[in-house]
Amino acid sequence: MGAALKRAITQHGTKLIVSDPRNIDVVRFADVWLRSQPGTDVIWINTLAHIILRDGLHNQEYIDERTENFTAYSQSLAKFTPEYAEKKCGIPVAELEKAAHLYAKGRSAILYCMGITQHVSGTDNVKALANLAMLCGNIGIQGGGLNPLRGQNNVQGACDMGALPTTYPAYGKVIDESVRARFEAAWDVKLSESNGMTSRQMFDAVDAGTLNALYLIGENPVVSHADSAHAVHCLEKIPFLVVQDIFLTETAKLADVVLPAACFAEKNGTFTNTERRVQRVRKAVTAPQGARDDAQIVCDIAAKMGTELIQDNGENAAAVFDEMVSVTPSYGGLTYSRIDETGIQWPCPDTESKGTPILHAEKFVCGKGKFHEVDFVAPAEEADEEYPLILTTGRVLYQYHTGTMTRKSTGLYAKAPAAYLEISRNDAAAYNVNDGDRVKVSSRRGAIEVSVQLSEKAVDGTVFIPFHFAEAAANVLTNSAACPESGIAEVKVCAVTIEPVGD
Amino acid sequence: MSTLELTINGKGYAFTQGETILDVACRNDIVIPTLCHLKNTTPTGACRMCVVEVKGARSLVASCTVPASAGMEVQTESPSVVKSRKMNLELLLSSGSHDCLLCPASGDCRLQDLAFKYNATGKRFERTKPKYSPDVSNPFLIRDFSKCILCGRCVQACKDVQVNNAIDYGYRGSDAKIIAKCDLPLGDSDCVFCGECLQVCPVGALTLKKARQKPRICETEAVRTTCAYCGVGCQMNLHVKDNVVQMVTGADAVPNHGSLCVKGRFGMQFINSPERLTTPLIRKDGELVPAEWDEALGLVAEKLGTYKAENGADSIGVLASARCTNEENYLFQKFARAVIGTNNVDHCARY
Repeated sequence: MGAALKRAITQHGTKLIVSDPRNIDVVRFADVWLRSQPGTDVIWINTLAHIILRDGLHNQEYIDERTENFTAYSQSLAKFTPEYAEKKCGIPVAELEKAAHLYAKGRSAILYCMGITQHVSGTDNVKALANLAMLCGNIGIQGGGLNPLRGQNNVQGACDMGALPTTYPAYGKVIDESVRARFEAAWDVKLSESNGMTSRQMFDAVDAGTLNALYLIGENPVVSHADSAHAVHCLEKIPFLVVQDIFLTETAKLADVVLPAACFAEKNGTFTNTERRVQRVRKAVTAPQGARDDAQIVCDIAAKMGTELIQDNGENAAAVFDEMVSVTPSYGGLTYSRIDETGIQWPCPDTESKGTPILHAEKFVCGKGKFHEVDFVAPAEEADEEYPLILTTGRVLYQYHTGTMTRKSTGLYAKAPAAYLEISRNDAAAYNVNDGDRVKVSSRRGAIEVSVQLSEKAVDGTVFIPFHFAEAAANVLTNSAACPESGIAEVKVCAVTIEPVGD
Repeated sequence: MSTLELTINGKGYAFTQGETILDVACRNDIVIPTLCHLKNTTPTGACRMCVVEVKGARSLVASCTVPASAGMEVQTESPSVVKSRKMNLELLLSSGSHDCLLCPASGDCRLQDLAFKYNATGKRFERTKPKYSPDVSNPFLIRDFSKCILCGRCVQACKDVQVNNAIDYGYRGSDAKIIAKCDLPLGDSDCVFCGECLQVCPVGALTLKKARQKPRICETEAVRTTCAYCGVGCQMNLHVKDNVVQMVTGADAVPNHGSLCVKGRFGMQFINSPERLTTPLIRKDGELVPAEWDEALGLVAEKLGTYKAENGADSIGVLASARCTNEENYLFQKFARAVIGTNNVDHCARY
């Protein structure tokens, strides 16, 4: 992905605007770097739209034909002047002007990751970007779009398959009677009529005493959840915890029952990538003796509870796939043989369809694209006297998520063995710490010890810690305040302080 | 004349303006050997292996750089072409130490294949001594300069495919060498170890670290699959021998067209890790102790059944996994909804 982006820039004249609180590696390829104060994204995004409207760079024809609520939206942008944005986000007016003009000129794509979504204003940030894209007619065209880059291999597929509390496979709502009736008929069972709980709500329900048992598969919330002390507290408190994983993770250590599973190289199936491409996963080796396929395990549990979850106990992935696509209209035309060589991008409703690389091409799936008025909501926690630095968290190239897989690789370990605090020279001097020093980093929720890494990537007042490392887990510090719509915690912004640790 | 045509080995082929002789040949399954040519990058014409005879031309031409032109008559294996390739191979074999018996690339080496095909023994000229000792400074790959034929594929892969610009040609003439940042060891350079260079090296100059302790790639069976790390979904080949994933290569298919990142290429050691769980565990007297599958599954079923009966289905939650396949996630949510009877099902998308 990164290579394709860099090729576009260096070989095909594509211009790049980067927005990141850190001076990340790709900034050196950028024409403009919008360095915003963490948590102020709605402001600079709306400001770009403000400038585009002010200078008449918007696509009125597209707006008239394909969108709605434009008038209210355009009025809502009045206060987002470049001067206001400079004051609130710290981005110079000239950079905002340059970025707005670059974006509005010709086809432009937006790529974003968790830096946009992991905020209390996460959904607002996405809506603001969607507004910007529609304003310039950049949705539904090749080389345009609003593209979330999925950080995990099959987040897309897990969502598509209805591993969500509010939707069945293919996003039919569980509270929609007609959709529910369809699944009740397919599965021959009466289904719950109410929305379920998100992962975060489940943890809160444990604390409240209303969730008694949790069956947790291939996830390590002790390291990945915001405010990990709270996550640990809940996992310790829950009366019955089952963890199914390939390693004895920090989370599995708290379980009442641990079930050893097979990994991706040991089974057949499909993953769906970030561009909705459904691709084959093939068994290359047999799982270690004693470990079992996830499908087999869940079918066995169901069988012991007196229910046949699927024919043949899920032993044949192709058979599971066939049932799966029969209730998932957007996957309806997919078969293992069709995706044998090259994956197909859903929607692919029937065997005639070659898939859909670009969504919303002729018209928006919902009819008209709606402009949402989005106002600025400040981060849940801001720097103050007691905690004067802003911490933002993220990943490093050589590690993946909570490190349960990548940290088993000696090479990756050698390149990125431990957590660190990335800090600017000025901040380091202010706290009298040097490169390599051990420091205690504290927030209102906890404290960890890490080594200092002086870095040109850091901007004064903002520090960064990668979240992969359980022994110095950044999420001990992070804030679990969440976006009310998505339920995503604000792990990209919290207030911290640092102090040197004596030898 | 509306369609452009040239002849290769006496047979006519249509071409479009801008195609090279090599492009036309490849498209028509006519094999012209190459060492330096790298798909989707600008041809350099460095190795001279792809030379062909063009009627009327003063000398043999490099088919990778010469555009096809109407009426051109091309011979790909004429005696003069074969003689030139053989001479070229003898010269390459005389420079450095091309000892196939001990080379991890043996069986997957273009130089070896071409030496065999053109009967080049490496004995025609006196061998020059290697000038540079191998670079073993990093945990991923070995750079053995004594096997490097300076084809430049690694440089193009780094510059034009990955756009990392970590390596380039250094020094002049017979001192020429592929260097990283002022000839530092790779481990101290800007290299991010995507391994694109390793994948495109046509000889044994770039090999996996500890390759001598692994089977050669030709001894393995390749299984095409989808990477289990990020959401790009790179297509990869897991090279398997003795039920162990020995190495990984990128598959030339969408979306990654052969490229991988450091995690995909070098981060699969976990599969065979001794820390893998191999037995169910049940907490007894505060400790997790090994248990039989039947007991563990029975306990889970019994407890879930009891909570469902006593406190209702919504007292139970299921967290599915973005690590798992679509098929598995389908079963997990079906289990929550159809067996437990709750919509309390979610996964790690928000983290």
